[in-house]
Order: sequence, then C-alpha cells, then structure tokens
Amino acid sequence: MIATQPDAGGHFGPYGGRYVPEVLMSPLEELQRTYDEAKQDPEFHKELDHLLRTYAGRPTPLYYAKRLSEQLGGAKIYIKREDLLHTGAHKINNCLGQALLALRMGKKRIIAETGAGQHGVATATVCALFGLDCTVYMGEEDMRRQSPNVFRMRLLGAKVVPVTSGSRTLKDAISEAMRDWVTNIEGTHYLLGSALGAHPYPAMVRDFHRVIGLEAREQILEAEGRLPDTIIACVGGGSNAIGIFHPFIADEGVGLVGVEAGGRSMELGQHAVRFAGGLPGVLQGTRSYLLQDEDGQIALTHSVSAGLDYASVGPEHALLHDIGRAEYCSCDDTHAIEAAVTLSHTEGIIPALESAHAVAETIRRAPLHPGKIFIVNLSGRGDKDINIYRENLPELDRL
Amino acid sequence: MIAYLTAGDPSPAATPGLVAALERGGADLIELGVPFSDPIADGPVIQLAGDRAIKAGTTLKRVLEMAAEIRKTSQIPLLLFTYLNPALRYGFERLAADAIVAGIDGCLLTDVSVEEAGDYVSVMRAAGLDTVFLAAPTSTEERLALVAKYSSGFVYLVSRTGITGEQTSLSSSAMPLVDRMRKHTALPLAMGFGISTPAHVAELKGKVDAVVVGSAVVRQIERDPAGTEAFMSSLTQPLKGEWHG
Repeated sequence: MIATQPDAGGHFGPYGGRYVPEVLMSPLEELQRTYDEAKQDPEFHKELDHLLRTYAGRPTPLYYAKRLSEQLGGAKIYIKREDLLHTGAHKINNCLGQALLALRMGKKRIIAETGAGQHGVATATVCALFGLDCTVYMGEEDMRRQSPNVFRMRLLGAKVVPVTSGSRTLKDAISEAMRDWVTNIEGTHYLLGSALGAHPYPAMVRDFHRVIGLEAREQILEAEGRLPDTIIACVGGGSNAIGIFHPFIADEGVGLVGVEAGGRSMELGQHAVRFAGGLPGVLQGTRSYLLQDEDGQIALTHSVSAGLDYASVGPEHALLHDIGRAEYCSCDDTHAIEAAVTLSHTEGIIPALESAHAVAETIRRAPLHPGKIFIVNLSGRGDKDINIYRENLPELDRL
Repeated sequence: MIAYLTAGDPSPAATPGLVAALERGGADLIELGVPFSDPIADGPVIQLAGDRAIKAGTTLKRVLEMAAEIRKTSQIPLLLFTYLNPALRYGFERLAADAIVAGIDGCLLTDVSVEEAGDYVSVMRAAGLDTVFLAAPTSTEERLALVAKYSSGFVYLVSRTGITGEQTSLSSSAMPLVDRMRKHTALPLAMGFGISTPAHVAELKGKVDAVVVGSAVVRQIERDPAGTEAFMSSLTQPLKGEWHG
C-alpha cells in the first residue's frame, strides 16, 4: 500500500477530477503548471520553509497530554499543536504556499472563501505580508457566528464580502468565490482553503499541509521510538486531516480516523456526515461524497462548527474511505463542546470547535485502548469560538 | 435565436406557455434550464430563478414532463441545460432514455469539462441526443479542438469570461473566439453570456449562426411574464432585417 497520488487529471480513484465551466480551465491549468514547476524548484521550498519557520512558527510541538491520558486511563494521547501557529490554525501552511505561487504567476489580487474564518484570516494575513489585494467571501450566517474573525480580516486590510445565497455558509462562499474568479481570471488567484475543489487544489493543498504529518512522525519517533497506533483529526473539507494522514498512509499499522460533524441529529440537513449520510456526486469542481437529496440538489448542512459545515469532503478522503485505509466517524455538537471543556480543564488548551470534534473522538476511544499511542491533530485554537462556547455554557457566566 | 429559460420559474405549470410565447416571439431553439442548488456559472438573475423553481417543486423529472407537454404542440428544438450533479443522480442511461421519450434534442452540462465528458457523451450520443459544450475566450487551441470533437448539434461560445448576466456592451473577446472556433468545426456556432439587447443581437448578426439570450429572458419572465412574447420579438427584430436601432 503506497501513499495515494492523483493521476494526471487529478483523480483519486473514481474521485476528484476537474468539473468546472470551460472558462476556469485556463487558470486551473496555469496554476497546475506553476505548482509543478515550483515543486521542482529548491528555491521555492527554501523560501516556503523559511516562512513556515520564521513567520508561521513551525515546527509546532507534539505535546504529551499527560493529565488527559491519565484521567481517561487508556491510550497515551499526544496533541499536535497546530493551534499554536500564527493566525491560530493550520490554515497558514497552505496560504503561505499558495501566496508564493500567486507571486510567481504575477497575480496581485487574491480571493478566498472562508467558513469559520480561520482560512480567511490566514489569507488576509499572507496578503498583508506580501502586499496583495485580498477579498474574502463569507456566508452571512458564518459572519454572524464567527464575528471576531470578520473583524480580524478587516483589521488585516481584507475586504470581507457577505454571501447571502443558499445556506449562507461555506458552500455558498465557495460558489461566490468561483463566480468572482470566472469574472476576474486575469490577475486574480483563488486561494482555496481546503483539500477540495478542482484539480490541482486537492493534491496541492494536501502537499502544503503534509508538513504536519512529517513533523509528527519525526516527533513521535523521538518521543516514543515508534509510530503511533492511531491518528485522529476532524474532517470538514479535510485539509488538516489529509495533512497529518498522508505521510502515514503507507504505514499500515497506523490507524487513521477522520471525524465529521454530527451536528444536531442524523436527519438530512442537521449534520455534515458525508460518508454515512451522502452519496458520490459532483460539487464545486470535484467528485466526492456529497450530501444531496434524491434529485441531486445539494442538501443543507448543520454543525456548531462553521469549519465542518460543508456538504462535500475532499476527494482523497473519499478514496481512503472506500479502500478502507481511513475510518470516518462523527461527533455531534454536544459532545464536541463537552470535549472542549474537558481539554480546557485538563490541559489548559481551549480548542477550536472544529478540532474539538477530533478531541471528542479521542476521549471516546482512549479508554478502550490501553498501551496504545494516539495523536490528535489540534488544528486550531478556540479564541474565535468564545462567543459560541459562551452561548452553550451559560452556567460559566453566572458564577 | 436561442432563448434560455429556467424551467419551473415561476411554476412548472407556467413553463410550456412561456416556451410557446418565446417561440411565437421568434425563438428557434429553447434551452430548458434545470435548476440546481449551487449554480457556480450563473449570475444572480438565474440563481434566483433557480431558487424559485426549486421551491415550486421543479426537478429534472418534472422538467422532462414539461418537455413532453411542450412537444404536444411544438417541434421547437429543446436543449436541457443544467449542471452535472442532477444528471448524475438521475443516471445518464435513464436520463438519455427518458429525454428521448420526452422529445428533448440535446443536453449541455455547464460543469462537465471535455476531460470528464467521455461516459456522458457516449451515453447521450448512443441514445441520439446532441451534446453541446462550451468554448471560452480563454480556451487554448487544444481545448477548442476537444470541444469540437465532443460537441454535436452546435457549439456554445461564451462571449466573455464571467458568469451569466446582462451587460451593456459585448466583450472584445467575442469575435476572435468565433474565428478561432471556426477553424476547428463545421458545426453551427451559437454565442451567449451577456447578450441582452437588440443592439447586441444586431452586432452578432451574420457573424455567428445563433445568439443565446438567457438572463434577459429570465428577468423578463420574473418582471412581466405576459410580456415575454413581445420581449422576444424585440430581440429577434434585428435578425429579420427590420431593426434600425
């Protein structure tokens, strides 16, 4: 079993590909050419590594969560601290990489979508860093629930455009960003924030996040002298998960667990559990598992976490699911919030709501696996979610 | 003259009558837009029409029923115009068979690139349906050759980079695309995206084989469905040589 790679057309088995209106084919081909050249160029890697170390704060620690592990009385839990990166989440890895590509293409205007706002903040940050014009599309509903990040983006000089179509969340923000791109392909780069969309995005975004898994591998070998038994990560589009999974795919002894958003219930429209609740289909440029109704219309989704609230999932995850190399489960809103409280109390780490889904699955599994080693990818920190935690934990305000 | 309308807007029952009005107004081919929840290539006019149509109960199956209804009284060519996912969910084989029975002549799926078109084209062609593809000003010569190869019936030229929607003047990228595409195909060439006034139509007269008016028709139906025939007539005037705008 080797690490999965897409074919020349960007297919991961039956998934992925490039399903876009003809107008977008030329900028996608340009991006692919530029990325292929950059991959071969040592100068590109040198510059990106330098930025990741000196600006973003890599490597991030792999932290042994002793109190949490002892309290659960099972597996030894390590936490990959992507939450400690500049801008508060793993998203900056990909943004730095794509910004360098935009500079290579001579594109001075960046557009992006954002759900939770973490990708939007990371995009606004790199645009400020490189002096690029920045427009971020964000669903109106997400702007409401992630208002601190909206302000952060504006403070960084970005224009945040509310999206009022559809469910007013991440999916609609992506559609709006694609419409902008179709209209302004000359001079504009679409800095897509997850391992989603048309080729080359899924493979390219994954490559920019592989650093998470590469570091974790080295760090766990140093700490434990062996590979972990299980790696757990939350999966919205799936960029943090594929980033930490990918360098371990060839290691069959390492279990890979993706956690989707269970939302309020398993009724269609109340969750974002694409594998158990969806079927393969095509949305926004790629073929993957998709929450849809019987007429092929895309279903509405719900999660307390805006970053997991999406009807489709990255195509490489779809392949990993089908071949059984990764396992996908879900965690509902309530358990995610409980897990965030537990991690805050035992380790002094407030996770992002997205990452709290992975923490919840870790907490559920750890007692069942004494002697095993787990790594949970803490993809982001919880500062942006303070208002939502507050709404859900009113008792803390009454103390 | 090709007219696009979003099938099922404002209601499935209204569509056959609106198609008849467009035909009386001079439309030679109708694109029946099947609404999709996430239309990435469409501007706000068609997006909102799609939302209304979906709310009114429009599905691909329902659009095929509308086509059969239209066929009872008209032989105007009908092209299904939609996105891939509704067709995938319906199933290509089943769609091809049901479309033929309903009297559909061809199909255009906006987000199917020529690279991903193999299965779709072979199933549709085997059933006797035309497959129309888009060519854009940004398409390379290689891609135009593929568009020519996979298209039948006609080739749909996108007049400019952008989403569907009306605009005041035609893009300067429109004419070079016509010349480039001609070198790759003998199929009729239709041009659309942004064509909304008799002046646009007059400008394209004699340069392409057909023009497509979409958002402007959809907007007319939204504002004043009873005026659809007159509106269509005003757009076809320049083609009849009676227009002096």
